[in-house]
Amino acid sequence: MKSALQIAADVRSGASSANDELERTFSVIAERNEELNVFLHVDFEGARRVARDVDERVARGEDVGPLAGVPIAIKDNMCQVGIPTTCSSKILEGWRPPYDATVIQRIVAAGAVPVGKTNLDEFAMGSSTENSAFGPTRNPLDPSRVPGGSSGGSAAAVAADMTSISLGSDTGGSIRQPAALCGLVGVKPTYGLVSRYGLVAFASSLDQIGPFARTVTDSALLLEVLAGHDPKDSTSLPEPSPSLLAHLNDGVAGQKIGLVRELVEGADDSVVTAVRSAADALREAGAEIVELSLPELALTLSAYYLIAPAEASSNLARFDGVRYGLRVNAVDVTTMMEATRTAGFGAEVKRRIMLGTYALSAGYYDAYYGQALKVRTLTINAFARAYEQVNLLLGATTPGVAFKFGAKTEDPMAMYLNDVFTIPTNLAGDPALSVPFGTGEEGLPIGVQLLGPGRSEAQLFAAARVLEIADGRS
Amino acid sequence: MILPNGWEMVVGLEVHTELLTKSKLFCGCENHFGSEPNTNICPVCLGLPGSLPVLNREAVDFAMRIGMSLHCTIAPSTFHRKNYFYPDQSKDYQISQYDLPINSGGFLDLPDGSRVSIERAHMEEDTGKSTHLGGSGRLAGADSSLVDYNRCGVPLVEIVSGPDIRSSAQARAYAAELRGILIATGASDGRLEEGSMRFDANVSVRQSGAPLGTRCEIKNLNSLRSLQRAIDYEALRQIDLIEGGGVVRQETRHWDENLSETSTLRVKEDADDYRYFRDPDLVDLAPDQGWQDRVRAALPAMPAERRAGVVALLDDVTDAQLDAVEVVIDLGLEKYVHAVAEASGDASLAVARTANELAADLDNVANLTTEAFVTTVLMEQRGELSATQAKTVLAEVLISGADPRDVAAAKGFEQLSADSLGSTVASLIKAHPDEWSRYRDGDDKLAQFFIGLVMKLTRGQANGKAVIAELQARR
Amino acid sequence: MSNAITRDEVAKVARLARLILSDAELDLFTEQLGQVLEHAADMNSLDLADVVATAHPFGLTNVVREDVVIASLDRDAVLAMAPDARDHRFAVPRILGEAP
Ligand SMILES: [Mg+2]
Ligand SMILES: [Zn+2]
Repeated sequence: MKSALQIAADVRSGASSANDELERTFSVIAERNEELNVFLHVDFEGARRVARDVDERVARGEDVGPLAGVPIAIKDNMCQVGIPTTCSSKILEGWRPPYDATVIQRIVAAGAVPVGKTNLDEFAMGSSTENSAFGPTRNPLDPSRVPGGSSGGSAAAVAADMTSISLGSDTGGSIRQPAALCGLVGVKPTYGLVSRYGLVAFASSLDQIGPFARTVTDSALLLEVLAGHDPKDSTSLPEPSPSLLAHLNDGVAGQKIGLVRELVEGADDSVVTAVRSAADALREAGAEIVELSLPELALTLSAYYLIAPAEASSNLARFDGVRYGLRVNAVDVTTMMEATRTAGFGAEVKRRIMLGTYALSAGYYDAYYGQALKVRTLTINAFARAYEQVNLLLGATTPGVAFKFGAKTEDPMAMYLNDVFTIPTNLAGDPALSVPFGTGEEGLPIGVQLLGPGRSEAQLFAAARVLEIADGRS
Repeated sequence: MILPNGWEMVVGLEVHTELLTKSKLFCGCENHFGSEPNTNICPVCLGLPGSLPVLNREAVDFAMRIGMSLHCTIAPSTFHRKNYFYPDQSKDYQISQYDLPINSGGFLDLPDGSRVSIERAHMEEDTGKSTHLGGSGRLAGADSSLVDYNRCGVPLVEIVSGPDIRSSAQARAYAAELRGILIATGASDGRLEEGSMRFDANVSVRQSGAPLGTRCEIKNLNSLRSLQRAIDYEALRQIDLIEGGGVVRQETRHWDENLSETSTLRVKEDADDYRYFRDPDLVDLAPDQGWQDRVRAALPAMPAERRAGVVALLDDVTDAQLDAVEVVIDLGLEKYVHAVAEASGDASLAVARTANELAADLDNVANLTTEAFVTTVLMEQRGELSATQAKTVLAEVLISGADPRDVAAAKGFEQLSADSLGSTVASLIKAHPDEWSRYRDGDDKLAQFFIGLVMKLTRGQANGKAVIAELQARR
Repeated sequence: MSNAITRDEVAKVARLARLILSDAELDLFTEQLGQVLEHAADMNSLDLADVVATAHPFGLTNVVREDVVIASLDRDAVLAMAPDARDHRFAVPRILGEAP
């Protein structure tokens, strides 16, 4: 399948058209969506209208933008005017937002064609896309396995060649983990680099929107479009968006990269091997590799599973049956709210709401939420210390390759442990990406993770590009 | 009201005031009372999934103005979420300042000289409004309710006093003085009837000097009268309860103006677990010195200072004059008094005319220039106009904005100029030689005789003081 | 089975969160939440008295917008998405008590 970069070039030059690219996407969706359950909604009419507009503008000689005519899949927790936005929850079934997320405005302004909304773990809570009220998404590389999550649909859309790029959101690894499991590049940008306006919040202080792509170049291309200050998001960084494409081939010569013990420990042998050979590849490209230990990272899983549920318990309070979405009628408003929420939320969402409510409640706040915020400080300090010694960090993205359906659904703690390598950087707010490197059991892809200090995306992409080339991917 | 048997009440007030911003606290919806229901709503104030709040700068300015006027310390602050489910609250949490409010530790001096401490004055958002169907339109007994989110997200400042108030009259005076300050800062219109200011009163009783008793909170009092009556009722209720061997329960109570009593709304229980935590959608608010200085520089004088400024213009001040000054300040009309004083006129006369004639026709005060007012007062002072005539002239000028000299001329008030009064007095002296000689010999009572004659001749339009001055001059 | 959280506490939290749990769910959640909280014990044993809490990754301050009015949403469109609306308002069943 063509890269987004190639599609945009072809559309701009007239070698292809937005319409042709879109119809090709539709035909792959028609072929595979029933089996894989990637899209919850395909916006045939709207997407064709946008594609036609792009083609007309190209015909008039206008500059359509860096994503000219590129079909793109959107995780179904981002608002788009008039398009059903469910967060894979029954509680929002049928709801159509009256406003666009900032990222939707930005990609459309850049010429992209949003084709529809992809499946996810309900409200982005999960690591396998099994927690969707509309059924699980299957991994296109092996449909008996999960695509990862929570952005499993957006990962699968690219892995199944439906689109070249897609949008995901990453709160504790929800882009990087499915990217690793589906053999893609997935990026969690610096917190505040991409506007959260219009992203249905899971845990506001951790959520970031980011790109999925097959190549490092496409990831950088899409992130350049997404990034930038948004006055509608108070936590949006004030600085202008970084230049990423220009630095893609900067390489890693002279860079110091830390291989973090805690980001490899406990992973499957194939994963450990992949990370070690990634380190070798970086060394060969001129980087100095140092092994280091950040013991504080061992605490981050506990902190995350208190902070994220605490914020979620409050963020999800608004789903009460009063203004939009599901209502289960009852004689009084309190009972109506209870009945609605009980019927509308799935088990994992309820579990996290319960956990978060408990962590914030009187008598437990200090012991749980308060303590978790302090561990967050320790995490930030640990990373800051590391970045005094090295430029970037290297580790695994996941402990293993894509797992089978149901393998971890009975044991929430086992599922949570799948995020152990991705969570620390969400707590710190720093960027990280997962890039495919090597394969494991049954030839399934392995992702290695590159981490950097705030706003170091350009260096991360340059290092990822080195690995991409070393892995023979381009 | 004096409490029986050595009881003392301890009262603290929480005053919520809506701010006069153009838009809401965290979104660009119009902040306007009385719009058609649900016409000032957007994704943010409606709590739509994915929407995010952004703080209104003007609301911060108003909050700081209030804090500065109450001598508070302005400190770095944060916004928390107060979590509770309620249909008029679109996110099912209220964004409010919690442990780090923007203003803390101030005080308010009342006209009687007492001081009430201010614990904090923090920013938060208002809720929407429900109307109730069935059950005679009240919450209790209604079948269902309808919610309008126009008010949801309107900026509020909540001003929390210390438990320093010891009588309902003092509570009322505090509320009135605070209202004057809020209006003076431009932060609030002070319209109690529209709910733009609401009072909650925490009331407890104790034997003088004893430790604090258990308090009850009376919610949502919306007039000064209700505030005063509800506090008195509640203090007496608690005293009766304790004297009857009962115990005061900590609870929230409702004041029913028609029944003139408070009744239990909710007993404080563990369901009140608001799970406060920092709102992760908002960042810290820490106005720097420059921002604070800009706000302070634009701060107008407060009522107490303005009152003092007017009182200083008066000689021996009577209670009645103090009341008149109060009216002048409340209505913001003191510029007229100051203008007269600057023209070396009679400030006391200016206060009287302002508190009465000007206050009686506020709709037209805009028509009255300070020059016209000064001219009228000086004409009256010089005897060119009697009190009655001066009032007539002012009433006319307020309506038409005309020059007071022209109004006086048109009404034929001119013959009372000093010259014409002088000739009138001279002719009366000639006509009544006996009375004149007795007056000359020191019988001051006869002045009234001559004044009566002058009044008769001028159909009551002369100025008594001016007549006496004429008589004295010829004595 | 852990003692990190009791069944009664789980029931109380469900009420606070406006969720109704069956007896079986109560048992399950008591166990599962207990496991997560037990895992958090590694964190709880640390003495972090001198560590400041971080609620936010980056210390931005004073992010404000100007006091400018923007257009509202279309009322009919907004009310059309409501489960129940009457008289241009959102309709809800009986409210049991005043707001706290
Ligand atoms: Mg309050
Ligand atoms: Zn709004």
